[in-house]
Amino acid sequence: EQVPAAVLEHLERLALVDFGDTEGVRRLREAVRFAERLREVDTDGVEPMDSVLEDRCLYLREDDVTEGNCTKELLKNAREKIEEYFVAPPGNIPLPKLEERETFEQQS
Amino acid sequence: GQPLGVLDGIPVAVKDNFNTAGIETTCASNMLKGYISPYNATVVQKLLDQGAVLLGKTNLDEFAMGSGSTDGVFGPVRNPWSYSRQYKEKNPPKSHSENEDSEWVITGGSSGGSAAAVSSFTCFAALGSDTGGSTRNPAAHCGVVGLKPTYGLISRHGLIPLVNSMDVPGILTRCVDDAAVVLGLLAGHDPKDSTTIQDTFKPFELPDSIDIRKLCIGIPKEYQVPGLSSEIQALWSEVAELFKDAGAKVIEVSLPHTPYSIVCYHVLCTAEVASNMARFDGLEYGHRADMKQSTESMYAATRREGFNDVVRGRILAGNYFLLKENYENYFVKAQKVRRLIANDFVKVFGSAVDILLTPTTLSDAAPYVEFIKEDNRTRSAQDDILTQAANMAGLPAISVPAALSKRGLPLGLQFIGRSFQEKQLLSVAKWFEKQVKFPVIQLEDMKRHDCSVFQHQKSVSSL
Repeated sequence: EQVPAAVLEHLERLALVDFGDTEGVRRLREAVRFAERLREVDTDGVEPMDSVLEDRCLYLREDDVTEGNCTKELLKNAREKIEEYFVAPPGNIPLPKLEERETFEQQS
Repeated sequence: GQPLGVLDGIPVAVKDNFNTAGIETTCASNMLKGYISPYNATVVQKLLDQGAVLLGKTNLDEFAMGSGSTDGVFGPVRNPWSYSRQYKEKNPPKSHSENEDSEWVITGGSSGGSAAAVSSFTCFAALGSDTGGSTRNPAAHCGVVGLKPTYGLISRHGLIPLVNSMDVPGILTRCVDDAAVVLGLLAGHDPKDSTTIQDTFKPFELPDSIDIRKLCIGIPKEYQVPGLSSEIQALWSEVAELFKDAGAKVIEVSLPHTPYSIVCYHVLCTAEVASNMARFDGLEYGHRADMKQSTESMYAATRREGFNDVVRGRILAGNYFLLKENYENYFVKAQKVRRLIANDFVKVFGSAVDILLTPTTLSDAAPYVEFIKEDNRTRSAQDDILTQAANMAGLPAISVPAALSKRGLPLGLQFIGRSFQEKQLLSVAKWFEKQVKFPVIQLEDMKRHDCSVFQHQKSVSSL
């Protein structure tokens, strides 16, 4: 069962991770095939389970600021920063289209 | 002066997916190489508050994805038993010219480094994590005790998440009593982790003897999976007899949805991973690619460079299952199957069964050269089969060393208990441990050409 190329491209865009090569695509196909087994289970009338703790009321704290003031510490781990800002390349630029970038299809 | 606590001066090791303030935390991934945690995970803080000495961070499969501890950027972890007299006696090198190093076996995973550290006497206890069996699997292969606590008992704050609804910190020690001690220090509500329950936790000491005749042990028939080695099969039966002879009620039970646990896990895990790994974009911490064209292309390049194939594969699969057209059929479906799996356990524990007894792994540890012949997903699917369901249902489970295999390697057996009934679980495990008297690993003096082993492990410890 083929996963259409359009879906593969869509996934790469959503995940911002590429398949790398045909091996990556094969891996996905295997993963999907493996998951098909779920169809064998009769789940009529069964509610999905989000958490094993669903019967409990979990702790929520008061919406008060109790810690922080650690800007310097947190910025230490960032590669590119200016004053107290993390620096990112320009946004709102979509990833180049399939034809314009090297993908698994072109490599193989 | 006064001792800081029970663990004052006691050496411990921590799996490298727990944040440790001022110390590099890598998750064995290029994505976090050089990342210095700004804070301690709650469980790490608790150990340090008791005066424990952190010897180092231990190696793992990248981002805890794997069942061999072979897929991290620092290389594979070697099982200390590979260098034991017990193993060497049963596996003499076939010729003088053959590389003596080619027969070493894996630790299992993903908490292989932690298990190896405890097994080789380099520390008293180690922290691992357990999402599908990652603490119990290497515990079984390395001949140590591996405890997976009930989900919600121990704080996950500071544990870099894999699957938020299944992850728990795991405890690795050489004996059950030690595990109880460490559990006592770590368990309890943490306001920083709202998935920890608010019930007050009372640390306990394990009784030296228990009345086995009051116990009902369940043997789930679905755990008799194809691929289970005849040795483990026989050991499992022998131990069931052991309990029966001691007066316990030992009955066969059924957990009918067990065969679907791995598939269910596969979908839920990849879906949660797709979400959890989204935070790694190079902006605030970790690796950052030298790409300046756009935010998205920088993210894409960073993630391509930072993650290995296993991680990327799971992210892509997870995103597939979460696509609008697939969401109901895969993700929600898996959540429904999860409920069925959890209900299987509820039914069995509701019918007067106290503890379940199952194998932990399919066989003893495989040689590294054999293990890497199959890919990570295949191996994980095979190796997690016996441990995974406990994570689905959030139940406590413990692997206890039971015997040595024909090849001189450890075999462990698993006990699964009721939610939050760690005291009962550990009491039974301790009783069992006493009956079995598992042999101590006999590590010979390391010869000069075996020093390469230590080079791997030195690169992980950051102290």
